[in-house]
Amino acid sequence: MAPPHVEVSVQYRTDISGTRHTFRSLGHVLACASPLRSGDVLAGLAAENAEQRVAARWVLADLPLTVFLEDLLIPAERDEVTRLILERHDARAFAPIRHLTVGGLREWLLDETTQSDALRSVARGITPEMAAAVSKVMRNQDLVAVSRKVEVTTSFRNTIGLSGRLSTRLQPNDPTDSPRGIAAAILDGLLLGSGDAVIGINPATDDVANIGVLLHMLDEIREALAIPTQSCVLTHVTNTLELIRKGAPVDLCFQSIAGTQAANEGFGISLSLLREAWDATLALNRGTLGRNVMYFETGQGSCLSSDAHHGIDQQTLECRAYEVARSFDPLLVNSVVGFIGPEYLYDGKQILRAALEDHFCGKLLGLPMGLDICYTNHAEADQDDMDVIATVLGVAGVSFIMGIPGADDVMLGYQSTSFHDALYLRDVLGLRPAPEFEDWLTSIGIFDPAGRLAATPRLPQLASSPALAALL
Amino acid sequence: MSDERKLAPEAPPTLAERMRAATSARVAIGRIGSSIPTRAALDFQLAHARARDAVHAQLDAGAYGSTLHGHPVLEVCSQAADRGQYLMRPDLGRRLAPGMAERLSPHRSDLAIILADGLSATAVRAHAANLVGAILARAQDWQVGPIIVAHQARVALADEIGEALKAKISVILIGERPGLSAADSLSAYITWQPRKGRLDSERNCISNIRPPHGWRIEDAAGEVLRIARAARRIGCTGVGMIAEQSAHQGPVLEG
Repeated sequence: MAPPHVEVSVQYRTDISGTRHTFRSLGHVLACASPLRSGDVLAGLAAENAEQRVAARWVLADLPLTVFLEDLLIPAERDEVTRLILERHDARAFAPIRHLTVGGLREWLLDETTQSDALRSVARGITPEMAAAVSKVMRNQDLVAVSRKVEVTTSFRNTIGLSGRLSTRLQPNDPTDSPRGIAAAILDGLLLGSGDAVIGINPATDDVANIGVLLHMLDEIREALAIPTQSCVLTHVTNTLELIRKGAPVDLCFQSIAGTQAANEGFGISLSLLREAWDATLALNRGTLGRNVMYFETGQGSCLSSDAHHGIDQQTLECRAYEVARSFDPLLVNSVVGFIGPEYLYDGKQILRAALEDHFCGKLLGLPMGLDICYTNHAEADQDDMDVIATVLGVAGVSFIMGIPGADDVMLGYQSTSFHDALYLRDVLGLRPAPEFEDWLTSIGIFDPAGRLAATPRLPQLASSPALAALL
Repeated sequence: MSDERKLAPEAPPTLAERMRAATSARVAIGRIGSSIPTRAALDFQLAHARARDAVHAQLDAGAYGSTLHGHPVLEVCSQAADRGQYLMRPDLGRRLAPGMAERLSPHRSDLAIILADGLSATAVRAHAANLVGAILARAQDWQVGPIIVAHQARVALADEIGEALKAKISVILIGERPGLSAADSLSAYITWQPRKGRLDSERNCISNIRPPHGWRIEDAAGEVLRIARAARRIGCTGVGMIAEQSAHQGPVLEG
């Protein structure tokens, strides 16, 4: 590891057909090499034209990976995420690829002799900046081909991320947090085979008492039906800590995270606060299969939107959030890719690209990546775009997607993927739910013995949950 | 086309009906194989089409004529040249185009009222004129000058407009980002001593003005004036006022 004050004399330039392209810094190369997206334009970081973009990729392709350990994008003394990256970089894991350039890493990743074990063993040697860099010289197809080879599994009450499996977060949000409305959405999802990643509510009101009510309801339903899954109310870690102190049934600790210290401060968090929350959640010891207890959400553009981007492009910063994530062994990491709006990702093409990048980079860094494949109504996107993104991510081996009634989140006011979309993906790609959840779906009669939705689900069993029985 | 909205082929129909009655979410819409039945699919498309049309709708100032409730109407636009640029460059929507401040500065308004397209001109068309009337009826203790109609506007454009009008307080009525369930929801952002550089945390917001489902016009107007008078008394809006606010009208950091 180089001391953070090292002066770097690397010249970032290339000559193409008599035109010299010079870049003022490593961050400038990375930003210019990124596929066009509105957030980088808004930040004034995007390439000036298409040729400069490709020139930056030429420069990037020839850079040795070691440059990312020496030329730090954000100074370590100003940013605890940079310090985390340096402290946790594993030289032994890095050794097999240490000699490579960025372009060489792309080819090593794509090589048919590089398989899941090799990819898993180098994960701790790859920094977020290396992952971002190599993704920028990869086409969409490359991102799919490599992601598909990486298997990242995690567990709490079931196993997420196995090859050939696709899990869903059942997202039963309600504009007023009405328990009856939420129960109806949960029932709808369960009957359509959804909910193995987590049953997770975004509360409309971030009030601790209200969140406690929702946590107890989720736990009641899960216990009554003996569902091998986990629940979560997505609130700030400080609320979760308070709820843990009050004895609420907390399975997973949720938090939104970003790739710079300043952006995390904007979220009201620090690494030490996350550690405190991680410890408190682990101490509850509620997982039956595993001890992955954290659920993180991320998304390109969050640093820029909190004016904490340090002149670094949004995709590279997104990868730095994954360093934060992986130091807490999360069960789930979810990039909420299209939620932030068209000033960061303008249209379906940009959202597709970002989704593939986030999935690839997260998996490469060793994370259980899921995607909230989504858009807002002021983005140039619609459900047809989501169909394409979901299909491509399914091929890439995404660990989980969202399941929302009719794809329409009536609380957050955006569109994502429906319970039906997950059924479609499982159908066309031959994917199945997490094994423990699949067994449960079959045993309760929602699935038939062939693993398809049954014609006659045995509804009386659902009446053992008071919250659901109120609807029956 | 299937006209039956069944949860699952053998489920009692009353269950689907109970589920739908319990939530505005699209539950129990049935399935054909793994897919959504035709009616439910087209329902969704219709809602999205309305939301998209609202985002791209134009705010036609001519519709108000030269006066609104007896006050002259002045039009301004932001630096965003068109909708595409507006959507990609929110920073431009927060700044007045050249010459606009000069158009406003001969006028004066202690309580500056601004109608802004925001992300839904549909919402402004539907509710803003009525809301302005209800606010004026309650604002006898304020000097109100021209009503400003702002195009390609974000919330913070009210700061430059208010500054040009030498306003004590600005009230911008702006179209919210449409959801599938409502494309005509209006917000009012209220800022004490508006001037360039105000933070979103220095504003109060009343969102979801959308009779009869959200705030009613009379109630929203009353709330605007209540906040304005409280601001005049304590000399601030936003987080500084939160302690004196009921829980659901804190500042909303959007736009």
